Amino acid sequence: MDMAGSKPQLTWVVNISVVLLVVLWIIPTVGLLISSFRDRDQISTSGWWTALAASERNFIQRAAAPAEAKPQGAVWVLSGNVLQASGGQVVAFGITSQDPEAFAPGEVGEHKSGALISVAANGDYTITYSQAQDGTRGLRLFVRAKTAPAFTLDNYREVLFSEGMGASLLNTLTVTIPATIIPILVAAFAAYALAWMEMPGRALLIAAVVGLLVVPLQVAFIPLLKLHNTVGLGKGYLGIWLAHTGFGLPLAVFLLRNYMAGLPREIIESARVDGATDFEIFRRIILPLSFPALASFAIFQFLWVWNDLLVAKVFLGTGEDELVMTGRIVELLGSRGGDWEILAASAFISIAVPIAVFFTLQRYLVRGLLAGSVKGG
Amino acid sequence: MDQLLMAVSTIVIGVFGCVAYFFFSNIALDRIFPPTGDHAGRNINWATAIRPWLFLFPALAILGLYLVYPVISTAWLSLNSAGGDEFVGLANYTWLAQDAKFQESLVNNMLWLAFVPAASTFCGLVAAGLTDRIKWGATAQSLIFMPMAISFVGAAVIWKFVYDYRGENQGDQIGLLNALVQSIGFDAQAWITVPFWNNFFLMIILVWIQTGFAMVILSAALRGISEETIEAAFLDGATPMQVFFKIKIPQIWGTIAVVWTTITVTVLKVFDIVFAMTNGQWGTQVLANLMYDWMFRGTPDFGRGSAIVMVIMLLVTPIMAWNISNARKEMR
Repeated sequence: MDMAGSKPQLTWVVNISVVLLVVLWIIPTVGLLISSFRDRDQISTSGWWTALAASERNFIQRAAAPAEAKPQGAVWVLSGNVLQASGGQVVAFGITSQDPEAFAPGEVGEHKSGALISVAANGDYTITYSQAQDGTRGLRLFVRAKTAPAFTLDNYREVLFSEGMGASLLNTLTVTIPATIIPILVAAFAAYALAWMEMPGRALLIAAVVGLLVVPLQVAFIPLLKLHNTVGLGKGYLGIWLAHTGFGLPLAVFLLRNYMAGLPREIIESARVDGATDFEIFRRIILPLSFPALASFAIFQFLWVWNDLLVAKVFLGTGEDELVMTGRIVELLGSRGGDWEILAASAFISIAVPIAVFFTLQRYLVRGLLAGSVKGG
Repeated sequence: MDQLLMAVSTIVIGVFGCVAYFFFSNIALDRIFPPTGDHAGRNINWATAIRPWLFLFPALAILGLYLVYPVISTAWLSLNSAGGDEFVGLANYTWLAQDAKFQESLVNNMLWLAFVPAASTFCGLVAAGLTDRIKWGATAQSLIFMPMAISFVGAAVIWKFVYDYRGENQGDQIGLLNALVQSIGFDAQAWITVPFWNNFFLMIILVWIQTGFAMVILSAALRGISEETIEAAFLDGATPMQVFFKIKIPQIWGTIAVVWTTITVTVLKVFDIVFAMTNGQWGTQVLANLMYDWMFRGTPDFGRGSAIVMVIMLLVTPIMAWNISNARKEMR
């Protein structure tokens, strides 16, 4: 029953509350996303929320050497532009550090030396002297300028090609793809056996799988690292694929068994009566029908492996060809702690793929969540 | 590129290996116990008894080696010395009991346990209750759910930027929180170094991530409530608030408990957020990070590391038992 419809003012309250909630939830991400497109100076001098407004900044620029002033009628004139380097528009200017915004663009100020100084909105300045000059040090001009919003892809270029995120992206892909696909098949056969084949101890095995779902992964690190070293795997891709396969299996078996057990009994019984073997039933009937559950698990495992930091830190080395993106970002947090342009772009390179997967395949993810419990980090 | 080739060939080998194993082991079983001939009946019985184990074997082998064996091995290692070669009894545990860092971690983990599941479930419930009533609810839900797809490390970067602090004379605050705090007239702070409260600034990150999970599950449960009870309550003059808290919530207690315990398990294992935000400095250490620290410091101490893991394991065990008993109830 939709009681929101019966009370208009309540509908408004609910709508506004949800808007606030959504804004609260996405604003941290939006902030970093916007920052990843701003250049270093912009990020470090103004909040990201000002990115869409023009930003104003103060700076000091030396005019050209007085000796370069050209005679013009009775006076000597020196001209140039204070915005050559940065672009934008002059909002105010000054001649002394005590009052750096004394004049509006176009006004004329008198320097203590007697020179008349004017700066136009476009940055052109003219300094008028009453006699020839020979100094080589230009006068200091204090300028407040407004720059239009500007965005750049340079941060992404830099982290991908000079900070190693490109290589790490490959490494993450290398870890993720096999670690997502291999457990599916292993788990599917086991799930079928646990759902549809009679055997002693079946309930006990299912209970064990449910129990293993919540075993903290930390438990596995020391023994498995020792084991991998003993059998000569050491730290490497093969080791981490195996580890992720092992850690993902309880969820895979659990999700797939629950789903398969819910398939209609008649289909399987009638296939058995027709003389189909278990292998044929599995391949021709169960596997195609279980596609939604397979997809759910694949998404979970993909997100989990892609986003993992801990397992990679334990089972994979830190060389250029092994360091995954999460590990790289943690390193950058340490070495480039204040360089938000680097951190923001790196974070979004690693976030982009899971977010894309999330928005395109969300319904499978939700279905998987609803099918039971879920493994946390 | 080489490594991607390696990854692809691993997939091919892995998938083909699996298929070949299941295919040929089934054929072999049928050869050994042919369902024809003199002993057809007995053979079929044998084959039927063995076949499930063929299907289960790879999964059981991997689970045994990668999860069951480590639990036992870790329990044993926790009773041994740093190098794992000398039995020391409960020495690692008695050391833990008096270690200041361990006590800090345990207290912090308890704080996390008290705050994160409660806050996530509450926010999730509010979000589910509100979004179920509006037209664009699905869109709102997927935006609130989105942090689930972001890695804990990515989330740590996002929130470190929110908490960013510039000292005096370092220009305007660029962190959202400090800018807000200043705009209402307070002083900016280096939030993640503020003793005690910094724990909560880290917890908020996990709440931000887990709320979507809670919302999705609870929203499905709310939709599953029968319309009749709700209509009856409205006819009796109940306000929407009363209906939500007195009619709807009591009917989804079971789901709330599942959400709560699932988040609790996540919280017990929390590592990435603390590792990336503070690495346990300024009084924010937690068990998982402390364990990592003992495992990978200059000279690793596997005994102490294992003892810390066993504490985490012990904390998870009640939930494990509860999950198993629930699963068994459902199967009956």
